[in-house]
Amino acid sequence: MASPRSEFFSGIKAQLPILIGVIPFGMIYGVLALEAGLSIGIAQSMSFIIFAGSSQIVATQLFGSSVHGLVIILTLSVINLRHMLYSASIAPYLKPLKPLWKWSLAYLLTDEAYALTIIHYQEEDPATENGKNNRHWFFLGTGLALWLTWQLSTAGGIFLGVIIPESWPLDFTIALTFIAILVPMLRDRAGLATATVAGILAVLTLNVPLKLGLVIAALAGIITGVLVETKS
Amino acid sequence: MNIWVVMIITGMITYAFRLSFIILFEHKDLPPALHRWLRYVPPAVFAAIIFPEIFVRDGSVVLSSDNSRLFAALIAAMVAWRTKNVLLTILIGMAALLIIQAIQKQF
Repeated sequence: MASPRSEFFSGIKAQLPILIGVIPFGMIYGVLALEAGLSIGIAQSMSFIIFAGSSQIVATQLFGSSVHGLVIILTLSVINLRHMLYSASIAPYLKPLKPLWKWSLAYLLTDEAYALTIIHYQEEDPATENGKNNRHWFFLGTGLALWLTWQLSTAGGIFLGVIIPESWPLDFTIALTFIAILVPMLRDRAGLATATVAGILAVLTLNVPLKLGLVIAALAGIITGVLVETKS
Repeated sequence: MNIWVVMIITGMITYAFRLSFIILFEHKDLPPALHRWLRYVPPAVFAAIIFPEIFVRDGSVVLSSDNSRLFAALIAAMVAWRTKNVLLTILIGMAALLIIQAIQKQF
């Protein structure tokens, strides 16, 4: 069993390459927030109150418009609905932990931290559900590394602006990050079917109101995976 | 509505989503059937995030050779498949995109 210390640092280490994509994303958010007329205080506070990149970017667009507050809350919540799936997926592994751990790790449950942590939990020994291990320290390390980077890079965007030329397609790093995480996961037909159906549906449902498309696509993908698994 | 209020409520809802099942299944076991379903959460959500980023440009699906992101994404996917290395996938994918865009500008 790895020590808390080594789990914590391997969590940070796993997050490092992903931060390449997170830094420009955070800076772009900071710039967009100011362009939308948000104050520095609001722009930066959003990064630790909401702490979810894609919904924060959409928030800057909505706050700059005349959309009603309730609609903004609803839209941003639907974008963040996928975190419930993450919560369900990671819950069995966190079961043995003390409440303080659960409440803290839940705050750090972002796309990137979830991806790395679930891969780590699923590695070898998948029957750790009731057994003890220190893998929650990996979650903490990876989550904190992302949290700190997100706060600093949004501050960078707010206070320094973006010095990156517009022709640099830095937003593409987000797609690349998830490609790097997704592709090695696709080991069987069921997983491949899941990804294909979810991906295609996400494209087809892009114009569904309130950004509901992503959740619809993800659920359809999950159902597909289970169906394919049952048949084979 | 005050922006602070909107922001704090959204933050609380987002946190509630993140905490939901972690607390819900604190004292009871997840039904085995649900366990099976949850295995497909990562590929489903990540594919749903990736596909629109690479197939959709300016609001419409682009499948032609004009879509430099699609090409770069395919190259990145091959790197990810062969190496399982996140850093290498991002760097080669990015380099591929920049090179493809430079070539497109020439013609």
